[in-house]
Amino acid sequence: MNLTELNLTELRTALRQGKTSSVAATQAMLDRIVEQDNEIKSYLTVTDEMALEQAAEADKRIANGEESPLLGVPIAVKDIIAAKGAPTTAGSKILEGFIPPYDAFVVERLKEAGAVILGKTNTDEFAMGSSTENSGYFTTHNPWDLTRVPGGSSGGSAAAVAAKMAYAALGTDTGGSVRQPASFCGVVGLRPTYGRISRWGVVAFASSLDQVGMFGRTVADTTALFQAATGYDRRDSTSLDVPVEDFEVALTGDIKGLRVGVPAEYFIEGIEAEVETAVRAAIAQLEKLGAEIRPISLPHTRYALPVYYLIAPAEASANLARYDGVRYGPRVEGADMIASVKQTRALFGPEVKRRIMLGTYALSAGYYDAYYGRALKVRTLIKNDFKAAFQQVDVIACPTCPTTAFKIGERADDPLNMYLADIFTLSLNLSAGCGLSVPCGFDSKGLPIGLQLIGDTLQEATILNTAYAYEQTIERRKQLPDNGKL
Amino acid sequence: MSRLTLKDVEKIAHLARLQLTEAEKRQYLEQLTAVLDYAAVLNELDLEGVPPSPHAVAQQNILRDDAVEPSLPIEDTLHNAPKQADNQFLIQSVLDE
Repeated sequence: MNLTELNLTELRTALRQGKTSSVAATQAMLDRIVEQDNEIKSYLTVTDEMALEQAAEADKRIANGEESPLLGVPIAVKDIIAAKGAPTTAGSKILEGFIPPYDAFVVERLKEAGAVILGKTNTDEFAMGSSTENSGYFTTHNPWDLTRVPGGSSGGSAAAVAAKMAYAALGTDTGGSVRQPASFCGVVGLRPTYGRISRWGVVAFASSLDQVGMFGRTVADTTALFQAATGYDRRDSTSLDVPVEDFEVALTGDIKGLRVGVPAEYFIEGIEAEVETAVRAAIAQLEKLGAEIRPISLPHTRYALPVYYLIAPAEASANLARYDGVRYGPRVEGADMIASVKQTRALFGPEVKRRIMLGTYALSAGYYDAYYGRALKVRTLIKNDFKAAFQQVDVIACPTCPTTAFKIGERADDPLNMYLADIFTLSLNLSAGCGLSVPCGFDSKGLPIGLQLIGDTLQEATILNTAYAYEQTIERRKQLPDNGKL
Repeated sequence: MSRLTLKDVEKIAHLARLQLTEAEKRQYLEQLTAVLDYAAVLNELDLEGVPPSPHAVAQQNILRDDAVEPSLPIEDTLHNAPKQADNQFLIQSVLDE
């Protein structure tokens, strides 16, 4: 059995039937990492010893007849999510050497479910970026073309899943950081509703926008991880105390009569022609499956980017005030306490400093109303757009990104141009909905294209089932990069 | 709106406790100006009577019971401290002796 070729769902079956063991699957992933990750660079830390211990423990539980959904399944965790005993850096030099004394809620849940944690994946520093080029350590390469970015900020997780170095992975999505790299790497990426998954133990970037999300090779794989990760947690005051449905049962593939809205504002100048063609073909496929396609309008879409780039940096500037070298992380000592704090904070990378500066300005006396206050009001208009749209449709279908993966270095010196990579994803974070990206074809360079499906608050089951129905119609063989290519 | 100046950049950097090099100051002046110019598009909207949305999903006053619960052991809490003494984080003095 070639263990790296199995997807998560197939691995679960093989484990349950005793055809393989968690230790064997974990070793297969670790071997694959040794083989591939010198070039792809998706992992910041590989926790091989801990992983093999967890796998041996999972095999014991399986032998005892236990049936837990992720029992023995090796996964990767974005390095912005705390896992006890393993370094957690959030991609930043300011957290170099930090070993969290506890597991994040989501890691706790996955460990209980029996998942094996292979390691911590690369991210743009504090999740601020769209390419992993802002990582304080190194840039991750796209498994489909090593000269290109994997997207970001959860680029390490997306690349690890695409290159079969994990069966699934966790990420976080503040402005598109799960969906955009999923699109660039040709995997499925889910951004659940804000509050669905506790943020406890997740390094905070922009607290009103941050949400844990997940990557899988297929919709079913992604759903399995989502199912295990979701639930109420009183340690996060924004955690939603709502019933958790059986999302796996919801994957029926039946979307007859589903109302799918296509927003005119997402097919604009600047979108690559091949992306538009593939996304429109995917929407036509949904119609063939029995969905009803309706044109809709989200009129304030063009304001989402400026609103996001005022709100997210404002929240970040407050959240990142805690990095002062007092309680954790490196400390650079200066002449006095203030000098020490300032010199320690010089360890932040250029993009993080840029956003702290922008956020501090937007919140400062005299400018608060003009920038931050105004952005919060426009956020209401953007939320209302979605509210009105979901009166008419069940799902919104559009491109995940205007382009396929760009070249490493191509946008690195132009922050505004880099921010445009998230233009189709960040409206969702400002609203109360959920969204995902599912692969929907390739451009002529062989790079994956993503279809974005957006659902109303807590309607993950609907978008997952829509993606599942669509996924059944596409050729599975080409969904992941060929072995020979790497 | 008034243009951002180098002096503004220095003031913001101090408020944010960031030590910037002269080159960084000039670079941020240029880049922040570009982002703020871009954000000026928000001024074309009439926001009279529009309430602000500080949250995605509004929730209010989530409180836990006022009960004593176990917390992290001191050695775990101090494990990552750059400097420590007597079960406390050690920092430079902030008050004159």
